[in-house]
Amino acid sequence: MSGAVLQAVPGTGIDVSGLNVWFGDHQVLHGVSFSVPEGGALGLVGESGSGKSTVLRALCGLVDQWSGALRIDGAELGKTRSRGFYRVVQMVFQDPFASLHPRHTIDRTLSEPAQVHGLDRVEERVVTALEQVGLDRSFRFRFPHQLSGGQRQRVAIARALMLEPRVLLLDEPTSALDVSIQAEVLNLLKGLQRDLGLTTLMVSHDLAVVSHMCDAVAIMNRGRILETIAAEDLAAGRVDHPYSRQLLRASSGFDRAVIDSFVDWE
Amino acid sequence: MTDLTSAAPLLEVEDLRVHFHTPRGAVEAVRGLSFTLGRERLGIVGESGSGKSQTGRAILGLTAGNGRITAKTLRFQGQDLLSLSPKQWRAVRGARMSMIMQDPKYSLNPVMTVGDQIVEAYRQHHRVSAAEARLRALAMLARVKIRDPERVFATYPHEVSGGMGQRIMIAMMLIPEPDLIIADEPTSALDVTVRLQVLAILDDLVRERGMALIFISHDLPLVSSFCDRILVMYKGRVVEDLKASELHAARHPYTQGLLGCLPKLDQRQETLPVLRRDPRWEHGTLEEVTR
Ligand SMILES: Nc1ncnc2c1ncn2[C@@H]1O[C@H](COP(=O)(O)OP(=O)(O)O)[C@@H](O)[C@H]1O
Ligand SMILES: Nc1ncnc2c1ncn2[C@@H]1O[C@H](COP(=O)(O)OP(=O)(O)O)[C@@H](O)[C@H]1O
Ligand SMILES: [Mg+2]
Ligand SMILES: [Mg+2]
Repeated sequence: MSGAVLQAVPGTGIDVSGLNVWFGDHQVLHGVSFSVPEGGALGLVGESGSGKSTVLRALCGLVDQWSGALRIDGAELGKTRSRGFYRVVQMVFQDPFASLHPRHTIDRTLSEPAQVHGLDRVEERVVTALEQVGLDRSFRFRFPHQLSGGQRQRVAIARALMLEPRVLLLDEPTSALDVSIQAEVLNLLKGLQRDLGLTTLMVSHDLAVVSHMCDAVAIMNRGRILETIAAEDLAAGRVDHPYSRQLLRASSGFDRAVIDSFVDWE
Repeated sequence: MTDLTSAAPLLEVEDLRVHFHTPRGAVEAVRGLSFTLGRERLGIVGESGSGKSQTGRAILGLTAGNGRITAKTLRFQGQDLLSLSPKQWRAVRGARMSMIMQDPKYSLNPVMTVGDQIVEAYRQHHRVSAAEARLRALAMLARVKIRDPERVFATYPHEVSGGMGQRIMIAMMLIPEPDLIIADEPTSALDVTVRLQVLAILDDLVRERGMALIFISHDLPLVSSFCDRILVMYKGRVVEDLKASELHAARHPYTQGLLGCLPKLDQRQETLPVLRRDPRWEHGTLEEVTR
């Protein structure tokens, strides 16, 4: 069932097939499979501990014990990631405080990846990336603590854009932000997705956020994808799995009858 | 307990102000907040930094050392909170009103078993034998839907999940049978189903014991589905005070903006409306900003 909603053309986009991940003896992903067509967007939703971040970390080569097949643009990923990988794939994390170096200026934070990869016109790229995320040049020589939470997350997105990637992996990019700032960051990400044709894999615990951002949503529970639902179906409440239905009903606020119907999925 | 005529409000707050002295100058965290509270569920919502937590802490006398509280009235069950001695505070805080924080990790003692902490919370305010306090604690754990109270009684805080830890916190805060609970983002760190289950427990206790609840949260839709009344805070002030059931008819552009910028599951839109802040929101009355 999973993966049937979004189908990547062979040789393009993201393709994950039968991914298992272990931490020591503890298996945390069980045969996870999905694909995201080039320029498409898939959301991964589930409760904490269901394995969402682990999927992204496996793609980035940040877990040691795994099996299965991971492909980006048709190329199978091995045990380690080459430098070239990061020119294609970039990741943005939840906490913009933790992911920016506190004593580096924004200019240095943005320049560094370009310098590491030996790119030319670094300054021009920095200015462009800042423009893309809606920050003016005056931000270049500020430090993270001089920025608001939303501005810091814009900087993290700008850093991801510096290498002009084609694939963006987003791990709860707005969970730490106020809803008003979340709206601005989501609009920014959606615009970039559209204008740059980025292929996006987005993790969130918030069904409304992922269904807003993505073409389809994969529901995860305890290391498995239960089903993948097209965003329109999700909006219309058309879901198959009882767990998805429970998540959907839980998203609509406090309702005693609904709460009393909850089943424990542990 | 204090005898209450049914007409007297439980809590009266008039022109509450909280200032902090910092090396960079004064911070006005709460600027002239007024409300009265009966035996109801009151939600306080607003963005981070709007002064929600500092409002709760001021009521409980927990403002940090560099802060100063002033108010025309700050009265709980007829007693003036601004003139309480430390000894009098001990008879109020924990016993008649208490606070549930967002993260149980910071409120539970890591080197004491869950059961011993609940027993201690009870015996601080009630003179009973250890055996009776233990029975009370077990009953309270069962009351917050912990399935195996005997086992959980003997565990340490780090051995329980987030949802379980939050239920334990609630048990600890409720066992002295306070008349007012201030819950500061008590469920923000929890998954959505667990969050609702924890709220259902609070809801039962409010109904059964006639307790009043101040529920602090940044989640406007959740608050409106759970509470009776909502105060919307912006930069230290209440800009709108409305019945929860009438949130859809909110008049303040800030309240409307907070609702509008949320992505909606059943309503797909290409671009989300963003909040356009108006400088008038900082000082203006509802009438002034809607003119
Ligand atoms: N580095 C690690 N070592 C051991 N266990 C881990 C590690 N990272 C994640 N896990 C475990 O893997 C499971 C999935 O975690 P994660 O992918 O972070 O979930 P999610 O992002 O959905 O909240 C959890 O049980 C978590 O405790
Ligand atoms: N000890 C303190 N010293 C100085 N400023 C403080 C202190 N505690 C809180 N503040 C400030 O008070 C304001 C309100 O904070 P708070 O009530 O915690 O907001 P909320 O709970 O709505 O997110 C913020 O601007 C915060 O920075
Ligand atoms: Mg995660
Ligand atoms: Mg707070």
